[in-house]
Amino acid sequence: MRIDELIAELQEKLAELKRLTRDSGLDASPQIAELAEEVARLSLGRGAWEQVQLARHPSRPTTMDYLGLMMDDFYELHGDRLGSDDGAIVAGLAKFAGRTVVVVGHQKGKNLVENRIRRSGMAGPGGYRKAARIMGLGERYGFPIIALIDTPGAYPGVKAEEHNIGGAIADSIYTMLRLRTPIVAAVIGEGGSGGALGIGVGDRLLMMENAYYSVISPEGCAAILWGDRSRAREAAAALRLTAHDLLDLGVIDEVVQEPTGGAHTDPQEAARSLGEALRRHMDELGGMVPGELPGLRRSKFRGMGICEGAMPVMHEQGGE
Amino acid sequence: MKISWFRRQQYVQVKLEQKGEVGALWVKCAGCGDLVFRERIRENHGICPRCGAYFFLTAQERISLLVDESSFQDVSKPIVAADPLGFVDRRSYVGRLKEAQEKTGLRNETVIGRARLGGCPVILAVTDFRFIGGSMGSVMGEQLDHGMGMAARELRPFILVTSTGGARMQEGIFSLMQMVKTAAARRDLERLGVPFVSVMTYPTTGGVLASIASLGDITIAEKGALIGFAGRRVIEQTTGERLPPEFQTAEFAFEHGMVDRVVERRKLREELIHILEFLPVRQSQ
Ligand SMILES: [Zn+2]
Repeated sequence: MRIDELIAELQEKLAELKRLTRDSGLDASPQIAELAEEVARLSLGRGAWEQVQLARHPSRPTTMDYLGLMMDDFYELHGDRLGSDDGAIVAGLAKFAGRTVVVVGHQKGKNLVENRIRRSGMAGPGGYRKAARIMGLGERYGFPIIALIDTPGAYPGVKAEEHNIGGAIADSIYTMLRLRTPIVAAVIGEGGSGGALGIGVGDRLLMMENAYYSVISPEGCAAILWGDRSRAREAAAALRLTAHDLLDLGVIDEVVQEPTGGAHTDPQEAARSLGEALRRHMDELGGMVPGELPGLRRSKFRGMGICEGAMPVMHEQGGE
Repeated sequence: MKISWFRRQQYVQVKLEQKGEVGALWVKCAGCGDLVFRERIRENHGICPRCGAYFFLTAQERISLLVDESSFQDVSKPIVAADPLGFVDRRSYVGRLKEAQEKTGLRNETVIGRARLGGCPVILAVTDFRFIGGSMGSVMGEQLDHGMGMAARELRPFILVTSTGGARMQEGIFSLMQMVKTAAARRDLERLGVPFVSVMTYPTTGGVLASIASLGDITIAEKGALIGFAGRRVIEQTTGERLPPEFQTAEFAFEHGMVDRVVERRKLREELIHILEFLPVRQSQ
């Protein structure tokens, strides 16, 4: 695809300029900004379906890969205290940029054996309850929360329904809306519907450049609206689910740049890029009064949506 | 109570009257197969007088089933769906919206009102399944936010009656975000001690179940409701599991602790009035 080659070329130039800036100390920021904007513009028109394929790439770095590369230490905690420990979500304490943070994230397996536990990152009710529990632990000590999203969607199964997967996601969303500590969420791969949102309520929402975030999988959407799963490519384009789409729609705060060709081609570079963005947003949020964050977070989401006949209202911020 | 058997409630969508169409006086009931006089069903709150099968209720029918006579005041926002993505599948979203509006006579799928139940002032929110599956897009999010805001300001209990297939996928990411928006608005009720009763009817699924519908202080399932997060077909295809016939029924939800009670349609009004007797009602005027 020509446009892809062009984007790749521009990205290479961009990377080179950045390297130059770092090594020589020359200020090339206007050129960098210009190039980045051009890449963003071109990416808007790029095949959404190709983007979805990249987000699902089998060797794409997972949450644990990123934690290994970004964190100085990670101490995993287990269990929802209600009868299960869901391997599709990992959570725990970490040392990041010199401080303790709480991390929750979907975890995909790298092979069939791992995916017996990880279920390709499709979390059940126990996963969301574990995440909510450990985020609550973070709040108790004022630890910032980092949520890494990478799931095709919540697990569709009989057990999940029996244990109220819908209610578990609702509760986790509700919990995140009242936590007093800063929350930065990032979609690192697949942002599949309610399963992604269940740990995705942040003060800031970032997306890796080749991640997608959608209300329904392109296949599911194609099956329902086109009556044909094989029309997923068209559905992917119609849903406007790429990182640049979502930035354009005002739903996310930043697109985190990936190495040329995708995060899997250079996980170290991808982790450096993600780590830098997470740290920057955490620092910004760290300067705010903790008591104000939940109110601001709720106002932000209450302002989301586009109707005709009335603009979304700005809400007064309540306390916690 | 131990439920050892399940009777599958049969649901029939009342064929919608097209403008100018005649001969829609009789409806075939999929429960008993009989032809039933439409007016008889309407008088009977959408329940087949022969076999007891439930028909869908429109938002208007649902409201008149529940509230004190002539106590309902529509306070919905005068908004309609936009088409933020310019969404087109086999048909355009704009076209689907127009058709839904003509078919139902509603501007959108959500009706919000001030009402009284057994004399108790409440804010009532009802969704209409005929309008694109009662799905939640920006409009439903904004209406529920508005309704809960009003309930919080006026200290009236908030009652939500859902009949919805989940997210309005034609609005893409915006429809997903309504899950957070409605949950955020719900927090105001909690902060001010305003009760929220969630009533799940046929069907309450997907993104609405995974957000506002599951956040009630008290949760009631109407008998015969379909309550579930993932669709049957998705579950079968993904897991290869065989689904029991009672899967995702109101009784299933009750057995697994998802709802407080299962209530028959004809008893729903008195049930809500009874619940309200226990709850704080401190209306500010
Ligand atoms: Zn019948």
